[in-house]
Amino acid sequence: MPNQLNSSPAHGAWPDARGRFGEFGGCFVPETLMHPVEELAEGFEAARRDAAFQAELDRLLRHFAGRPTPLYHAQRLTEHLGGAQIYLKREDLLHTGAHKINNCIGQGLLAKRMGKARVIAETGAGQHGVATATVAALLGLDCTVYMGEEDMARQAPNVFRMRLLGTQVVSVASGSKTLKDAINEGMRDWVTNVHNTHYLMGSVLGPHPYPLMVREFQRIIGKEAREQILTTARRLPNLLVACVGGGSNSIGLFYEFIPDAAVKMVGVEAGGRSLRLGDHAARFAGGKPGVLHGTYTYVLQNDDGLIAPTHSVSAGLDYPAVGPEHSALYREKRAEYTYVSDAEALEAASLLARKEGIIPALESAHALAEVVKRAPHMARDQVILVNLSGRGDKDLGIFQAAGIL
Amino acid sequence: MAATISKTRIDACFQGLRARGVKGLVVYLTAGDPSLEATGPILASVERGGADLIELGVPFSDPLADGPVIQRASERALRAGTCLRKILEWLPRWREQVKAPILLFTYYNPLLRYGLRAFSADARRAGADGALVVDLTPEEAEVYVSAMREENLDTVFLGAPTTPDDRLARVAALSTGFFYLISRTGVTGERAEIAASAGPLVARARKATALPLAVGFGISRPEHVQQVQSLADAAVVGSAVVHAIEERYGAAGPAAIEAFIRWLKTGEGAKSE
Repeated sequence: MPNQLNSSPAHGAWPDARGRFGEFGGCFVPETLMHPVEELAEGFEAARRDAAFQAELDRLLRHFAGRPTPLYHAQRLTEHLGGAQIYLKREDLLHTGAHKINNCIGQGLLAKRMGKARVIAETGAGQHGVATATVAALLGLDCTVYMGEEDMARQAPNVFRMRLLGTQVVSVASGSKTLKDAINEGMRDWVTNVHNTHYLMGSVLGPHPYPLMVREFQRIIGKEAREQILTTARRLPNLLVACVGGGSNSIGLFYEFIPDAAVKMVGVEAGGRSLRLGDHAARFAGGKPGVLHGTYTYVLQNDDGLIAPTHSVSAGLDYPAVGPEHSALYREKRAEYTYVSDAEALEAASLLARKEGIIPALESAHALAEVVKRAPHMARDQVILVNLSGRGDKDLGIFQAAGIL
Repeated sequence: MAATISKTRIDACFQGLRARGVKGLVVYLTAGDPSLEATGPILASVERGGADLIELGVPFSDPLADGPVIQRASERALRAGTCLRKILEWLPRWREQVKAPILLFTYYNPLLRYGLRAFSADARRAGADGALVVDLTPEEAEVYVSAMREENLDTVFLGAPTTPDDRLARVAALSTGFFYLISRTGVTGERAEIAASAGPLVARARKATALPLAVGFGISRPEHVQQVQSLADAAVVGSAVVHAIEERYGAAGPAAIEAFIRWLKTGEGAKSE
């Protein structure tokens, strides 16, 4: 295969036994959770070596979730932008409408294997909440999802979906009433009910082993995409593009390509309204290393170490910390991180809808907005592979409020 | 890292209690709730009411180990502009008037932002006696512990009902001053009764360490305090005190807080004085 150059061997070994990706990651939790997270790390290691577990995971990913997802050559968008060939990894076509289901099936099976009768989760846009509620119904687990009050209002259809699936949705009115506060509340539930409850974290965030475990359940995206692009385009892509909230769809796409040194990677954060602290969620543009929700990573914070409020038109990107493996890829310069504004994301979403007949989630639209900027400056024989991580039905109200409909 | 430190005010406090044959009362309050100006008189009243040791909470934007009462206190303190730097600048003005040891109770990120060595140096200068970092366990605490040892400040760590015996010994080994036991799995907050998990945890901790043992989380009434004192060396009361500050300080001032602490300690006087 072409471009099979190995980059720094450290990338393949991440994380170490303490959950460190270089200097980032680790495990910063109240003592009550320390032994449970150690048990979880052991449980995960045992499960992934268990052929029966892997077979069941594979069966559900294929027949329940709808894997493999297509890699689609977006020819009209390519033509419109007049540069690099654009391929979309269609995670939006999965059951429940986003890549989140990959991780939820994995962790749901793991929870069951570890004898936990109850799962809890946080959700921002509601996609992870819906995927968790779905898997809980599928596996017969009791389920509670924490969601910020503001997010419940702006992503109401997902709240109704979760309730229909038999999940209890708890409104979180503390702090900024968004994803960060939903995680705080989820952690409080977990520390209280840890004997029978698995915290089904939705991104490559939180204490070890979550960043590792969620990456392992999401790397199927890149594994498939790499094979598909080699088959259809007969070459590796020049550029991978994915949006980065916590960073699970982007790590999922990037991970298999890390050794392919010629493949550039760009993660796109939420630039929000402006780059003033509080107006965005561009952690690499405005954050500093710190500890939030159990991990050491880039965090938006003030000089006193208090976590800053964030803003994004996309609830799924509206979070002050980024997954620690992204911080490591940033530090090592293996991936590049940039941001696009609310307005650019909305515009890119309507462009894709009109050119390709695909309505993307506003999260994924951030990745597309970066493609819109870069593709025209690339040659026609170059390839961009973008992760279309979710579909946009949930965002119709936001399009309407933005005056696009 | 295992190096011992010379005798601290916290050590002296527990030795004094032991010498008198009594058990201790540890009181938590959030610094800056409702303002740092108010926290000074409240500290003094907490001591007059009978607190043997004071845990001074550093308010944080995301207090994920705390229940609603301390969350609200953090929000009030943050709204009043409280931060770690201001607490360490303010504390020396009150240190002379309060004799009880003061343990800073904080989340990790404010310390990290402040700088661990700058924190320990400034905390010692301010008259603090140690710290408890609620989301920092020994695995990640090496630099913090050595910075604290350098300033002869105590590092209190937590043991929980979910902590296995071998881990309990490892955590206690890094703890100095006393070992703080969490009576139940859960967040801070008032409860109707002491958790059944408290007794077995104290018994396991006794085997793991010779340190004085304090038990907290959910201890809200004089009978709880007595029950815990019959098991361990000290009882920690947090949310109930913070709740009293929330409800009474505005109308009745420090005297109401002093009376509340005395009620907790002795069972005497009305709770709602």
